Amino acid sequence: MVWILLFLLNRKVVATIQQGGGTKIKTVNTTAITEAVARMSQEANFYLGQDVLEGFQKALDTEISATGKGILQQLLENAAIASDEQVPMCQDTGYAVIFVELGQDVRIEGGDFYEAIHAGVRKGYTEGYLRKSIVSHPLERKNTGDNTPAVIHTKIVPGDKLRIVIAPKGGGSENMSKIMMLKPADGIEGVRKFVVDSIRLAGPNPCPPIVVGVGIGGTFEKCAQLAKEALLRELGEKSKDPMIAQLEEELFEEINKLGIGPQGLGGKTTALAVNIEIYAAHIASLPVAVNINCHAARHKETVF
Amino acid sequence: MTQIRLTTPLSTEDVEKLRIGQRVSLNGTIYTGRDAAHKRLVELIAQGKELPFNPDGQVIYYVGPTPAKPGRVIGSAGPTTSYRMDSYAPELYKLGLKASIGKGRRSEGVINALKENKGVYFAAVGGAAALISRSIKACKVIAYPDLGAEAIHELVVEDFPVIVVNDTLGGDLYDEGIKIYAVK
Repeated sequence: MVWILLFLLNRKVVATIQQGGGTKIKTVNTTAITEAVARMSQEANFYLGQDVLEGFQKALDTEISATGKGILQQLLENAAIASDEQVPMCQDTGYAVIFVELGQDVRIEGGDFYEAIHAGVRKGYTEGYLRKSIVSHPLERKNTGDNTPAVIHTKIVPGDKLRIVIAPKGGGSENMSKIMMLKPADGIEGVRKFVVDSIRLAGPNPCPPIVVGVGIGGTFEKCAQLAKEALLRELGEKSKDPMIAQLEEELFEEINKLGIGPQGLGGKTTALAVNIEIYAAHIASLPVAVNINCHAARHKETVF
Repeated sequence: MTQIRLTTPLSTEDVEKLRIGQRVSLNGTIYTGRDAAHKRLVELIAQGKELPFNPDGQVIYYVGPTPAKPGRVIGSAGPTTSYRMDSYAPELYKLGLKASIGKGRRSEGVINALKENKGVYFAAVGGAAALISRSIKACKVIAYPDLGAEAIHELVVEDFPVIVVNDTLGGDLYDEGIKIYAVK
C-alpha cells in the first residue's frame, strides 16, 4: 500500500514539473549520442589539437638538446601523418574516458544513456581500426575485443545542454599517476615536493613532453578526479585562482629544470603544461593527486 | 649524427660495439611481444618447452599495434613502456636474445642481464606510432592470435630508427641525459 502511494506521489511530482510551464525540455536521442561518441573516438585519435601542436613548436624554439629537438620534430611529423592518413597518432588509442555534463532540462530518449555511450565506443574503435586495449576483469585479463566499457563521469548541471567530452587515455602515462594524503601542515611545500617527485620518478616512462594534471583537496576519490579533469584544459589556459595559477607556473618551471626532456633522453622540455584543479578539503586532510598525460593529449567534445 | 646500420639476426660482436646514445637503423626480421606474450614465453621456458621462435640473435619489439587499415601492412606501431617486461626479459637474454626495443627505464636485473649475456636495450620514440609504422614492411602473427594486439607478430623492418639506451657495459642513457640537462 505504501509503495503504491509513493508511486502515485512520484508521478504527481513529475507531472507538476511538466505542468509548471516555462521550462524548456530538450530531447536527445540515444542514436545521436552513439554516433557522436563513435565519431569523436576516431577524431581524438587521428587529429592532435592545435594547442598541443603549438606547444611542440614553442618547445622546439626553447629546447637546447639536439636529440630533444629531433624528437619534437618527429612528433610534429607523426601528427601530420596521423591526420593526413586518418590513422592513430599512437598505437595506444586509450581507455575511452568520457565526461558528461547533462543539463537538468535534457531528456534522453531511445534507450539506456550509458549503453548508448558504450555503443559509440564500440562502433568508433571498431570502424576506426583503433586498438582494443580493455580487459574485462583486472585479474583474469581477457580482452573485451571492442574497447568497452568506457569510464563515464557524469555531472548534472543547470540548462538544456548535453556536453560530451572524450579523452582517450593511454596506459603508459596513466600508470605513472600518484595520489597522496598529505597533512595540512605539509602545506604548499608538501604539494610542490610531491608533484615534482612524482614527475622525477616517472622519468621517461609516460612519454614526455607531458601534460601534468594536479588535483588538490576534496576526498581521496574527488582529488584523483580533479587531477584527471585538469588534463582536459587547453594548453596555455591557466587556473582562474591567482595563487593556483602562480603555483602552476612555478611547478612548470621546476619540472622543466629536472632535465628529463623529450622521451627522457635529456633536455629542457619535460612538461608542456601543469594544470591544477582544487576543491574544498576536510580540516584534517590535504589530498594531492598527479595524473600524467603523454604528449598525445587527446580530447574532443560535442554539445547537443 | 651518424647512424649505425644493423641487420638481424644480431651477433655478439654487433651489439658489443654499441654505446649509449648511438643511433641505429635496424633491418630484417624482428618479433613483437608485450606483457601477456612474455608471460607465456617464460612459462614455456620454465617447462623446458620450445618457444614460438628461437630468441638466439633476435630482437623483440615491445609493441601492441593498432589493427591495419585495409591495404596496409600494419596499423600504428610505437613502443610501449618496457619496465612491465623487466621480470621476464632476463630469461630471454639468457637464451641469446640480443636486443629489445621499447621506451622507458629498465630494472637493475635487466641491466645486469645485458652485461652478462651481451645484449642491448634500444628506445624508439614513444607516441611516434604513425611515423614508425612506415619502417615496417611486412607483418604476420606467428603465435597467440587470441591475444589480439598482444599476439607475437613477426615484422620485417627497413631503416627502423632506434637509439641505444643500455649497452653491454651497463651504461644508461636516461641517467646521462639528466646529468647533462638538469638545472640545479
